[in-house]
Amino acid sequence: MRKSKALIFEMGRSGRQGYSLPSCDVPEKPVDELLPKKMQRSEPLELPELSEVEIIRHFTELSTRNFGVDTGFYPLGSCTMKYNPKTNEEVAALPGFAFMHPCQPPETTQGALELLYNMEEGLKELTAMDRFTMQPAAGAHGELTGLMVIQAYHRSRGDHKRNKVLIPLSAHGTNPATVSMAGYEVVQVPCDDRGLVDLEALKEAVDDTTAALMLTNPSTLGLFEEEIMPMAKAVHEAGGLLYYDGANLNAIMGYARPGDMGFDVVHLNIHKTLATPHGGGGPGGGPVGVKERLTPYLPVPLVDKKGDEYFFNYDLPDSIGKVHSFYGNFGVAVKAYTYMRMMGAGGLKQASTDAVINANYLMSLLKKTYHVPYDRICKHEFVVSARPEKKKGAGAGDIAKALLDRNFHPPTVYFPLIVEEALMIEPTDTEAKETLDAFAAVMEQISRDIDQDAEKVAHGPYNTVVGRLDEVRAARSPVMRWEKDKG
Amino acid sequence: MGGKHYLPLTDQDRNEMLAAIGVKSVEDLFSDIPKEVRLQRELELPPALAESEAIKHLSSLASKNKHFHNCVSFMGAGVYDHFIPSVIKHITGRSEFYTCYTPYQPEISQGVLQAIFEYQTMICQLTGMDVANASMYDGGTAVAEGAVMGCGATRRSKALVSRSVSPFYRAVLKNYFHSRGLELEEIPLRDGCTDTGELEKMLGDDVASVILQQPNFFGLVEEIGGVADMVHNHKAVLVISADPLSLPLLQPPAEYGADIVVGEGQGLGVPASFGGPLLGIMASRSKFVRQLPGRIAGETVDSEGNRGYVLTLQTREQHIRREKAASNICSNEALVALGAAVYMAAMGPQGMREVAEQCLQKAAYTRESITALKGFENAFPGPAFKEFAVTVPGDPAELNRKLLEKDILGGVDLAPFYPELNNVMLFAVTEKRTREEIDTLVRELEGWK
Repeated sequence: MRKSKALIFEMGRSGRQGYSLPSCDVPEKPVDELLPKKMQRSEPLELPELSEVEIIRHFTELSTRNFGVDTGFYPLGSCTMKYNPKTNEEVAALPGFAFMHPCQPPETTQGALELLYNMEEGLKELTAMDRFTMQPAAGAHGELTGLMVIQAYHRSRGDHKRNKVLIPLSAHGTNPATVSMAGYEVVQVPCDDRGLVDLEALKEAVDDTTAALMLTNPSTLGLFEEEIMPMAKAVHEAGGLLYYDGANLNAIMGYARPGDMGFDVVHLNIHKTLATPHGGGGPGGGPVGVKERLTPYLPVPLVDKKGDEYFFNYDLPDSIGKVHSFYGNFGVAVKAYTYMRMMGAGGLKQASTDAVINANYLMSLLKKTYHVPYDRICKHEFVVSARPEKKKGAGAGDIAKALLDRNFHPPTVYFPLIVEEALMIEPTDTEAKETLDAFAAVMEQISRDIDQDAEKVAHGPYNTVVGRLDEVRAARSPVMRWEKDKG
Repeated sequence: MGGKHYLPLTDQDRNEMLAAIGVKSVEDLFSDIPKEVRLQRELELPPALAESEAIKHLSSLASKNKHFHNCVSFMGAGVYDHFIPSVIKHITGRSEFYTCYTPYQPEISQGVLQAIFEYQTMICQLTGMDVANASMYDGGTAVAEGAVMGCGATRRSKALVSRSVSPFYRAVLKNYFHSRGLELEEIPLRDGCTDTGELEKMLGDDVASVILQQPNFFGLVEEIGGVADMVHNHKAVLVISADPLSLPLLQPPAEYGADIVVGEGQGLGVPASFGGPLLGIMASRSKFVRQLPGRIAGETVDSEGNRGYVLTLQTREQHIRREKAASNICSNEALVALGAAVYMAAMGPQGMREVAEQCLQKAAYTRESITALKGFENAFPGPAFKEFAVTVPGDPAELNRKLLEKDILGGVDLAPFYPELNNVMLFAVTEKRTREEIDTLVRELEGWK
């Protein structure tokens, strides 16, 4: 089972080729005549030389050393690893989408603009926001865009004192990192013993230096912030704005909308909620929606319609400018739009319903064996603490490795930070009851294994193509590329 | 209801599960959402489409667009109609790759991790840099983050960017800098290239980063041999935005003193997709690795000494460092980077060189043919790689409309980005263009006005 795989640089042979190009059919000139010698590469480029079949086999073998949603259950908390419909892949690959140039004149892009326009209409309804930009290429990129818009809003009012953004302790790491990138200071807001944002602490923390509160609702604990309305009131009364991190929107589609909860800005992770694939870390999509008073600051261009014609509107004098070279990950938007059209209002609401049923059901099974620190109705995900198991000798990370041996992708581990030895579990809407039953049974078995031989569990995994990898060594003496001489 | 085929639970499943949870109804599971924020109606969205209906609807939208398959494109400005080998989509279409998340569990993610490690190596081989990351969103965000890196490395807060850097990238850069309270100044042009005399005057000990593009936005290969010394004398960092497809032919940025190399990798086998997903390239000298944003795959061993790959140096990243992270980037363009690795493997050193040379030859032929026409003139002198700016005798939009009648996607009008460049168009000519296509373009231009 165990075997290393040769790097592509260790394969092939000089003189092999994996391409075919037509010969140059224009009159050629000596390269030196077109390009001064000193501007040219002097050493030949080093790249692998392989035939097409070798390339295909190399990367196909690599793919077999990888686990995706199509391989099996992937309950990675807050990542919403739901099934990625194949229809979406088909339509996004249509030449009329995949091979368009971003600078084409508008009369040649009407279909694409119509799609973006319709998608915006859908997102507005889903979130109760007034306008959307599709430019952000990922969730964190959306966060940054949203904070830039908030900043522009405050600045436009001459309100330069606001230099802080409030973030609950349970927030995803991108939130504080984004706050710094936008030049703001982070103020941490504690959670109460229910796992919810401590309303009193929030009230104390807001003042005339508060630019915004960033909140994920439901939170990373999978809990709905029940006091969202008083929280919104406190922030708004102090002149701040509310930012909705859409990472967990999959819990509440058709049940509640951020815009109705008082949020002024939202980003959606369309690679989570709207079922587009994660691609090993991207491309994703992080559209940002805002309430009307913030629309003047959205990035240019917006997609507008005049009569029957769609166009890119650059006439937004107060816009923050651009956050992406063009219009964001259009190809991903095509997939998300297709998903929305195929689900419809009823399908989206059912997806959220099933995501919540699945999470609560799995929690009810797991709490027979594991400690659930916030034992109440959850939304799309819940958190288990492996603190008792850790005391026996195998913690959250070890349980994760044990799951790898049983062909399950593990939950998110060691996050959120407010739970010790956290396992954050999000089954999503696209899993069958049998899958959850099987997962729970394996989790119970792992618990028994820890009781019997924690040491063994702590040294897994055993059935994977490589054993537990030494991350400390990788960080201490980093090797981040192959080098010829070092072989 | 739509999407039933994506939702495995049956009503019977749901009832059994609700009973196991210990609640009476679905409603009980949503009772924690306060009444005042509950949506009291159903969402109003268009009726759900079945698969065949969705395909029909999307196909009809797609059919309203022009594209590289039904037009001959001379558009560039950062996104090009380069040849894409068939192997790429067959690899990126492997669902073990496209349906996985960021490889947090390395033992079952060796495929993506090794492919990214190979991608990083190839980017280093192209640029001459020591280390590359797993990707940024696009060229614009890579330029912006590269400039910010310079600020982090020098603890200074000012950057100088040449006006010959893509206006799309500068727009993103400006926004990133403005929001952080960093200072940005533009270096003026001289004959379409960075005015290095002006740069020298603008350089001071407060400058963190100097950002240039090679070949520049106008397609010109800039003479930037002495710039690195100038920049380094002030202990500033030189950031070069490079077109990776030019590098088999052009001097690698490391050789002329670049500290950080960024760029748009769309040419590496990535469909244009109306401008996204693209591929942000980010590479640097090893001394800047702690400031490098984003994911990096690194080599290590397992418990038995087998070689394997993990995400490394994660203490730079948001999920560990939170507000002290080098960047907030989490999701990137990993699958696109993987596809680019397949491209570079398929083309190899010979194929990439051939692509670059054909671009050079075909652009030169087109440039010479167009500027031989009456009323068409080179906007700038100097050597060009695969695109060039031409002053045309009339309104570029009108010319493009005429070309479109012949199914030609013409040049990009530069006036919106450079008000002083009236009636100037940027034409790109890739290895895919044939002599016949080029001659047709030239004939159409000749007959205009």
